[in-house]
Amino acid sequence: MARTAVSRRLTWRAAELREVRGETSSAHSLIFEVPGWPGHLPGQHVDVRLTAEDGYSTERSYSIASAFTDHHDLVELTVQRIPDGEVSPYLVDVLQPGMRVELRGPVGGWFVWRPADTAPVLLVAGGSGVVPLMAMIRARAQASVRVPFRLVYSTRTPEDVLYADELRRRALEDRGLDVTIVYTRRVPDGHGRPPGRLTAADLAEWGWPPDFEPAVFVCGPTGFVEAAADLLIDAGHEPARIKTERFGGTDA
Amino acid sequence: MGIVSPGFSGRRQTSGPKLPPGQYLTQDFPVLSAGPTPRVALDSWEFAVITETGERHTWSWAELQELPAEEFTVDIHCVTKWSKLGTRWRGVAIETLLEDVETAADFTLAHSYGGYTTNVPLDDLLDGQAWIAYEFEGEPLAPEHGGPARLVVPHLYFWKSAKWVRGLQLLLEDEPGFWETAGYHDYGDPWREQRYQGD
Repeated sequence: MARTAVSRRLTWRAAELREVRGETSSAHSLIFEVPGWPGHLPGQHVDVRLTAEDGYSTERSYSIASAFTDHHDLVELTVQRIPDGEVSPYLVDVLQPGMRVELRGPVGGWFVWRPADTAPVLLVAGGSGVVPLMAMIRARAQASVRVPFRLVYSTRTPEDVLYADELRRRALEDRGLDVTIVYTRRVPDGHGRPPGRLTAADLAEWGWPPDFEPAVFVCGPTGFVEAAADLLIDAGHEPARIKTERFGGTDA
Repeated sequence: MGIVSPGFSGRRQTSGPKLPPGQYLTQDFPVLSAGPTPRVALDSWEFAVITETGERHTWSWAELQELPAEEFTVDIHCVTKWSKLGTRWRGVAIETLLEDVETAADFTLAHSYGGYTTNVPLDDLLDGQAWIAYEFEGEPLAPEHGGPARLVVPHLYFWKSAKWVRGLQLLLEDEPGFWETAGYHDYGDPWREQRYQGD
């Protein structure tokens, strides 16, 4: 496991797109082959650099969605198209397998889960904030550890759920993983909870009680993270055990 | 020059000020913090300067408000790539706070409510380069942006501008803070693109 990944010099590497998986109408998972990839921890991100023919270049950060597996050189990113974005429409709509971008990382040594940690884990996702949390879920399976995980995932509608089939499958197969999806705008047929934003009751029912001292990871748009972190603190969770990552973009 | 992405034209700025390498312009004000937003009550708020000999100089909220304040308008650059131009703040210059402080320190470590730390060389905080700011765009600084007060050091990446600041420790030896220990650059000059260790 690349424990020291954060202390080495980070160089730009060529990353060739190998495979694209459509997640939703606006999000694709992009699997890149990155020769010499040093490995990463779940929760870390990469910088992606695009360069135009006249030399103009720009960079954005994207969370890594994949666990570091035996396919050492593969790095999966899940990119949500921001309609007026400069980079995400290119990555989602233009980039084809066989094409290359530049990538550097892994970045970030704080918002990470390490399989050696035995505290129960509560993952709270808003929209595409589920991406680094999915890396943690995959890493937990990859490491075959039994640390209990709960994911509470807030999203607008059933069509917006990233990794829908995989989350369903993993939750069914793995007794140590609970997945709850909270819909803010429209629920699937037969779903008991009416649409609405994440509440204290949701977290009380589907999260872990504070006296379990869970490690809590909250990721999503700013408004979502602020609200969810406040609910968790009001419920008695120690601020020091809550790690947050706030994305730009609109609310989930 | 890196790998050219066919079909990518990007959105270069044709006018206005030049941005540091790798940055893009944003009109909103994204929030990035490693943990929950601390809620700090003004009646118990305190700012301390602690010298290398352990001497403490402290200010209550009311005492901070009595110090001469400055309005300043600056460009800010976040390591997560966004830059925001012409942001308007009000606060107290660091040299005002250090007026009566005896020190031989070359380094500082800013401390925040909530436990965050970040290191900045002392020279980078002087000569009108840094403030303890408590107003943003004419309003009290919002908690998610670091209110009641934050350090603002606009010429370095914005993680150096510690939110919810509560103190400045003066040090003879450089000591990395929170993000610097987690792989980010010790100094963080956006114009030299010093994002990560070794840049």
